[in-house]
Amino acid sequence: MKLITAIIKPYKIDEVKEALQAFGIAGMTVSEASGFGRQRGHTEVYRGAEYKIDLIPKLRLEVIVDDKDASAVIDTIVKAANSGSIGDGKVWSIPVEEIVRVRTGERGPDAI
Amino acid sequence: MGINAGDTAWIIVAAALVLFMTPGLAFFYGGMVRSKNVLGMLAQNYVTMGVVSVLWILFVYSIAFSGKGRFIGDLHQFGLAHISEPPTGLALTIPPIVFVSFQLMFAIITPALITGGVADRMKFISWILFAALWLVLVYAPIAHWVFSPSGWIAKRGVEDFAGGIVVEANSGISTLALVLVLGRRRGWPQERMRPHNLPLVLVGAGILWFGWFGFNAGSTLAANTLSAFAFINTNTAAATGLLGWLLVERYRDGKPTTLGAASGAIAGMVAITPACGFVSPVGSIFIGLIAGMLCAFAVNLKHKYKFDDALDVVAVHFVGGVIGMILLGFLGTRVINGKNGLFYGGGFHLLWVQVSSLIIASLYAFTVTLAIAYFLKKTIGLRVTDEQEYQGMDLTFHGETAYESPGGMGR
Repeated sequence: MKLITAIIKPYKIDEVKEALQAFGIAGMTVSEASGFGRQRGHTEVYRGAEYKIDLIPKLRLEVIVDDKDASAVIDTIVKAANSGSIGDGKVWSIPVEEIVRVRTGERGPDAI
Repeated sequence: MGINAGDTAWIIVAAALVLFMTPGLAFFYGGMVRSKNVLGMLAQNYVTMGVVSVLWILFVYSIAFSGKGRFIGDLHQFGLAHISEPPTGLALTIPPIVFVSFQLMFAIITPALITGGVADRMKFISWILFAALWLVLVYAPIAHWVFSPSGWIAKRGVEDFAGGIVVEANSGISTLALVLVLGRRRGWPQERMRPHNLPLVLVGAGILWFGWFGFNAGSTLAANTLSAFAFINTNTAAATGLLGWLLVERYRDGKPTTLGAASGAIAGMVAITPACGFVSPVGSIFIGLIAGMLCAFAVNLKHKYKFDDALDVVAVHFVGGVIGMILLGFLGTRVINGKNGLFYGGGFHLLWVQVSSLIIASLYAFTVTLAIAYFLKKTIGLRVTDEQEYQGMDLTFHGETAYESPGGMGR
């Protein structure tokens, strides 16, 4: 099993969510995040005083999938989250040792 | 003169409008501070309404408006005794108690203006004591000098319709004195301290704009044509102040901001405050525009000279008040009311009276505020501890949090 984590532009969440639902994934977790990459931050001006905002808002999307689906899911996220401009984010995956569905106690791929 | 029902009704309503400016100011300031300090800001403003309201009827009204003294009133109307007697030298068509109420609202908002300078770092109890001492030692004398016909600045023939000296320059220069003693916010100016809620700032500015009609158009103490001129002049200067500030931002910073729009409207109204009953609506266009543009530049002074006037009370209220007082010396016209200024053939006399009165009153306010601030600093202390400042005023002094921690995504 793999944990796929994606950092995306907040306004892209609906497209990504719909694309993943169409792919057939069963669930996902989304949280607010902030940070910077090559896009860096931006500048705001209040009463003439410049404020450099380094950390800009992003969404972090996490989904656990079976090994065989991992690559296709990553492709799906990348395709849906791509706006072509700088700051579109990153997607990565890491191996997952164990997963348990809390209600039933199912373990492994059955719990995904 | 007898009591006029129309005048009385308008001034009672105007007094309520002016009272509403202080909550408006609280929101205007509250939105500009960081979210951990918004309740502290609101509390300082609201508690000022409490403290001043009581002191005013007990004795401060009396020392401001009773008696024939040139420098200070007397205690003849202590506790509003003898209140059927009108304030010295004013031929009122409203009951004196209405005048007491209307002037009370000015006495509330003037110290409240200072909260913007000391934001995020002053002890709540120290603010309360400061406001009380400042009301008695600075506001009451200056109100007497300028607003009471027996006051020595009024006798010089100064023109200050609704408080360019008494309210604006006074609170502005006093803010400078207090922040110099109080010191900077921790981390200023390196750390960024963005406004946490600009919509709240705009709500506050809207309330101030609305209330300012009572402030200025009520200062006729009657319901007449002059009130109507003060009304339209106030609106005009707010409008051009707003546009002037946005123009500066567009060309200096790149984008016109909502904070700039709100600040510009306030700057325009500050400047028109002394002039609203003496200049034409066209004159008001220039007063508002010049104030909006110059105040937009004046906000840089604190960065240049490193005094932490957190929400720019000096740049908006002192600078704006000075602009209004001085331009009145140019643009005052007898066609509306009062004396002719320089541009209307009145010569330099009015201009000289305006400038010299402003300087003397400002020096007094600055010096006495400095003394009050040092006194409090040496006795009960002015500042919060570093840890309290980091935690924020809301939890430190009020045990409350303004907002729920950010929760759902709204999806």
